[in-house]
Amino acid sequence: MRRMMLNGSLVLTAVVTVALCSFSWAQATKAEEDRRLGMESHIGKLTGHAAAAQGTYRRYCVGCHGVLGDGEGENAQWLDPKPRNFTLGIFKCRSTTTGTLPLDSDLFDTIGRGLDSSNMPSWNPLSSQERADLAAYVKHFSARWVTEKPGTPIEIPKKPEVTAERLKAGQEVFQRVECWKCHGPTGMGNGPSAATLTDDQNRPILPYNFHDGNRFKCGTTDEDLYRIFMTGLDGTPMPSWSDNIKPDEAWDLVFYLRTLQPMKSKAKEIARQIGLKPGAPSAAPASAPQQ
Amino acid sequence: MKARYKVAGMISMLLVLAMGLLWSTRSVSAAAEGKITGTVKLDGAAPHMKGIDMSKDPFCVKQHENSPAHLENVVVGPGGGLQNVVLYISQGLSGAEATQVASQEPVFDQKNCMYTPHVLAMNVNQKFKVMTSDQTTHNIHPLPNALAGNIPWNKSQPPGAPPIEASWKTEEVAISVKCNIHPWMHGYFVVVKGPYATTDEKGSYTIENVPPGNYTVTAWQEEYGTQTAKVTVAAGKPGTADFAFKAK
Ligand code: HEC
Ligand code: HEC
Repeated sequence: MRRMMLNGSLVLTAVVTVALCSFSWAQATKAEEDRRLGMESHIGKLTGHAAAAQGTYRRYCVGCHGVLGDGEGENAQWLDPKPRNFTLGIFKCRSTTTGTLPLDSDLFDTIGRGLDSSNMPSWNPLSSQERADLAAYVKHFSARWVTEKPGTPIEIPKKPEVTAERLKAGQEVFQRVECWKCHGPTGMGNGPSAATLTDDQNRPILPYNFHDGNRFKCGTTDEDLYRIFMTGLDGTPMPSWSDNIKPDEAWDLVFYLRTLQPMKSKAKEIARQIGLKPGAPSAAPASAPQQ
Repeated sequence: MKARYKVAGMISMLLVLAMGLLWSTRSVSAAAEGKITGTVKLDGAAPHMKGIDMSKDPFCVKQHENSPAHLENVVVGPGGGLQNVVLYISQGLSGAEATQVASQEPVFDQKNCMYTPHVLAMNVNQKFKVMTSDQTTHNIHPLPNALAGNIPWNKSQPPGAPPIEASWKTEEVAISVKCNIHPWMHGYFVVVKGPYATTDEKGSYTIENVPPGNYTVTAWQEEYGTQTAKVTVAAGKPGTADFAFKAK
């Protein structure tokens, strides 16, 4: 009898302790989340406030990104690629190195621009204050913004003049570091490794086809293109190259990639003049007469 | 009812006291270093490891002309020894012992389009190196659980690129790492607290620098999961723990 009572009280202590713990844990999480509602974003002179975006988020973003910001909104099941899960703090479009948080301005720009060839629309119709508030709200979903600072943005030196030499050098970089393994020898997105690529959630993903468009997910300008391949797209197979491509070579590569795209550009014009053909100079010995 | 609460309160207090005592004695005895040794075996027939088709990359094919490559999920040596099993102390270390970081810098090499070693163990906050010996571009893409504290990254490493130095912030058994360019390349980083070891081709291991005490040792194998064993290490007398995983 005594033994049973002792057992009983032990169980009781355990239950009470567990209950107390989980109660205070739940409270702590809630308190932490509330504190994170005080999250701000700073874009130039603009200051965004997470708390101010609660309504806008519910109205415009919740259907895809979900109440919890986990990317599990009711429309998510129909979408490919899937809406971003904000609780991870992992983003494709960053000016910062791989594995680090983006700048507030990166989030702000993304929200304004939308992500090309995905269901993420451009939110430019919203005021810049609303977009700054939304950037802060996006941040509030991940505790990483409390414990970590955004990464250091990569430096983008001033764009040099595009020349025939730079185009040829850019083609060589494309070959040497083997962008073509994924993007294909001529940049069509059909490299030998393309078919097996998956994103971090193990969903199939295709490399960008340069002949297909003039826009990227993470921007449109030459500077954007420079930044895109140097920092990589986190959460995807597209790695960062800033450790292995020198700034000058990176500009060469930007110019070469421009010759693959459909729209008119000075790079494309020069490529036409010198008869530069996409493809491997090494694989095709015919590259000599091209020069 | 009231009496029961009293008993419960007293028991909790005793528990707290006991734990406090344990804590203080542990830090006092943490002087002389010992070790834990043993072997890990596979119980049953070694599963067939599929050959790897590297035909998408001629460089990789060439490296294996005379020694066909196979998957390395289960590597069984002579006498059934299991290689690439990580052993670490999951219970019994004091706070200070658990936060000590091993001083050497383990290396993860990309060689002949395979990871060498296939499994790399390390401490929380221990620096490690990722290098390439290959004349083909790799990208190195660890996929830890971001919600648990380690953040994924993805870096390219063309031929001749300098090593990448990195470390992990929290314990994680295990972080999957892959190369997207060569999809068969798949290995693990095993991030633990305190002294650890990895089994060699005979399935043997030695965890060095273990202070005398009572421990739980955990053995982790990528296909078979974990097993634990209780071990006592005395001054001048190593503890031993042998493990056997059942073949599936
Ligand atoms: C129709 C669905 C949809 C709606 C509505 C939507 N998004 Fe998205 N969002 C997506 C998808 C899909 C992606 C991922 C696209 C990709 O990975 O290419 C995404 C990605 C993002 C990203 C991550 C970008 C990066 O760099 O990784 C941010 C930030 C974002 N959305 C913010 C918002 C905000 C703020 C709103 C509301 C104003 C919103 N989204 C509304 C579908 C949506
Ligand atoms: C391991 C395969 C792989 C390699 C190697 C690779 N990429 Fe990519 N790249 C991808 C994938 C996959 C995407 C699509 C990501 C997405 O849609 O989210 C991509 C997207 C891109 C984009 C478009 C990004 C955007 O914002 O839309 C550019 C530009 C790009 N890559 C350039 C390069 C360059 C330059 C190199 C070589 C220096 C390179 N890539 C090497 C896989 C790769």
